[in-house]
Amino acid sequence: MAKIKYSIAIRDALAEEMRRDADVFIMGEDIASFGGVFGCTLNLPEEFGLKRVRSTPISEAAFVGAGLGASISGARAVVELQYVDFILCAMDQLVNQTAKIHYMSNGKVEVPYTLRVQQGCGRGNGAQHAQNFESMFANVPGLKVVCPATPSDAKGLLKTAIRDNNPVVFCEHKMLYATRGEVPESDDFLIPFGVADIKRPGKDATVIATSYMVGKALEAAKKLEKEGIDVELIDPRTIVPLDLETICKSVEKTGRLVIVHETNEFGSFGAEIAFKVQSKVFNYLDAPIERICTSQVPMPYSRVLEDANVPTPERIIEAVKKVMYI
Amino acid sequence: MFRTDEVKEIYEMMVRMRFFEEETLRLYNEALVTGSLHPYIGEEAIAATATHLMKDGDMLTSTHRGLGHCIACGVEFNPLMAELFGKATGIGGGKGGSMHIFDVEKGLLGTNGIVAGGTSIAVGAALNLKDIKNTDNIVFCFFGEGASNEGVTHESMNLASVWNLPVIFVCENNMYQVFTHEEVSCSVENIAERAKGYSMPGVTIDGNDIFELEKAYKKAIKRARAGEGPSFVECKTYRWGGHWPGDVHAYGGYRSTEEVDEWKRKCPIERLGKHVIKNGLAAEKELQEIKDKVSKEVDESISFATNSPEPDVSELMKHIFA
Repeated sequence: MAKIKYSIAIRDALAEEMRRDADVFIMGEDIASFGGVFGCTLNLPEEFGLKRVRSTPISEAAFVGAGLGASISGARAVVELQYVDFILCAMDQLVNQTAKIHYMSNGKVEVPYTLRVQQGCGRGNGAQHAQNFESMFANVPGLKVVCPATPSDAKGLLKTAIRDNNPVVFCEHKMLYATRGEVPESDDFLIPFGVADIKRPGKDATVIATSYMVGKALEAAKKLEKEGIDVELIDPRTIVPLDLETICKSVEKTGRLVIVHETNEFGSFGAEIAFKVQSKVFNYLDAPIERICTSQVPMPYSRVLEDANVPTPERIIEAVKKVMYI
Repeated sequence: MFRTDEVKEIYEMMVRMRFFEEETLRLYNEALVTGSLHPYIGEEAIAATATHLMKDGDMLTSTHRGLGHCIACGVEFNPLMAELFGKATGIGGGKGGSMHIFDVEKGLLGTNGIVAGGTSIAVGAALNLKDIKNTDNIVFCFFGEGASNEGVTHESMNLASVWNLPVIFVCENNMYQVFTHEEVSCSVENIAERAKGYSMPGVTIDGNDIFELEKAYKKAIKRARAGEGPSFVECKTYRWGGHWPGDVHAYGGYRSTEEVDEWKRKCPIERLGKHVIKNGLAAEKELQEIKDKVSKEVDESISFATNSPEPDVSELMKHIFA
């Protein structure tokens, strides 16, 4: 299998779905030039033309809403937000309109709409270019929320998102675009939503991580292995729908749970997982659940301060030891 | 100019809108219709003329003051009235209410609880119809002068213009955003002046006159179907009642009684009725028959809604996802 970059896996998913279905089109800021800022649309205008691969003005409210208008009138829109932070200019279009139409119409109107967003810390982009909003998205009824950690997941989940008849917020991470991994080449390579991936089986403690944090957690698990601690690492891959069953089964086995995410602390999806786990498998827990995440603070620009805010393998190791009373 | 049969069709449509909404106001006072209700009474000509000129596959986006647009699109009285009652037989199963009514097959891309909420949706639908589906279909985008102060309206006009999309922006200028007059909320005397900033033709017309509407719409539709881009039609009009039924300041409060009474004399239905009789297009009797027929149909819809079941509580968690 070929090893390709996360950004190219996304590009390939877009291309395959556009070849498969003439109703699919993509738009977003600068995407029709040089593959866009992150290279995810490289060479697509040449193959599909500028009607189906279109660069938009800097008008997030209008083009996020236009994606919705296109989707409910019979197209399958894929809209890219260059930085997730800009979605705040289009929250009416996403939350009031997109997320609710299926419900408000009593199931009559379907919204096959994928919103790709680029998010995350790691480059010193500061408070308005490095946020993680998956918890906020997950709080909105009617949105599916996907957080791929690998090139393979990015491709398989994006293809599923585009074929889904619901609004899907597809959260990509800026630090992952250049990472490489093996990706199946089949047109029919789809990864279903709501199926967690056990990245590493283990018996001593369960660690849940998503997106860029999966790599950090893997690094922590490898170091812990040398100390004789066997971590089971689970990547839910989709926050909505959430594969609670796989998580609970793991906790039944290990009795200990550490949740790692990059989204802010208060009201995060990690808190929701912790709540659900304790309500389902309380009797299996041998220690209070730990959560490692960014603090309840705007992301600072200084690399020293940013590093202090974002979960690290060291902090994950510390948390695993804590739930194991080591 | 509209043929006689067309004039009569538009007349009947306006009567449908008027009679239906007059009853909803009564039902609101009886607490059978609840929550938010924003009557379109007085503005009927704008939507009735537009939908008359729409062909199969054309679409529209509506507003919070949207029941008129729904009826003009051909949404039937029974499911519409039942929706206002919150009943299971409502067009949205009682989950939507007056501000969230959809019928995509009839071209209705939703009434909308958010002012200017439909503008970007209209642009996206137009993009799909023209550039993805390669049709000559068009989209009417209705909004008020209040919505013309929303950022997304300006973004949407710009987007429609740079992509030459077949959108007809119809500003229903009834002069008041809730209690506030346009003089203190809008930077321009005529909202259509804003069209210039987005390189599209803009006209200001009497929105209570179907023949002025016909002329402006036909020009805009021709341009849109030819792929030449969007247009802007500002329709001067007036809502007879308050922003919502409980608005007690609408007559003699923030609006003078003289102003309201004067606008009532400009009633689009009465005007058209007079025109029809004066020009011998129909006899008074025929217009009365239309009114009687519609009135009966409205009454039937009230019975239908009254006798319909409430939604089952199990419906609460259904249709969150497709």
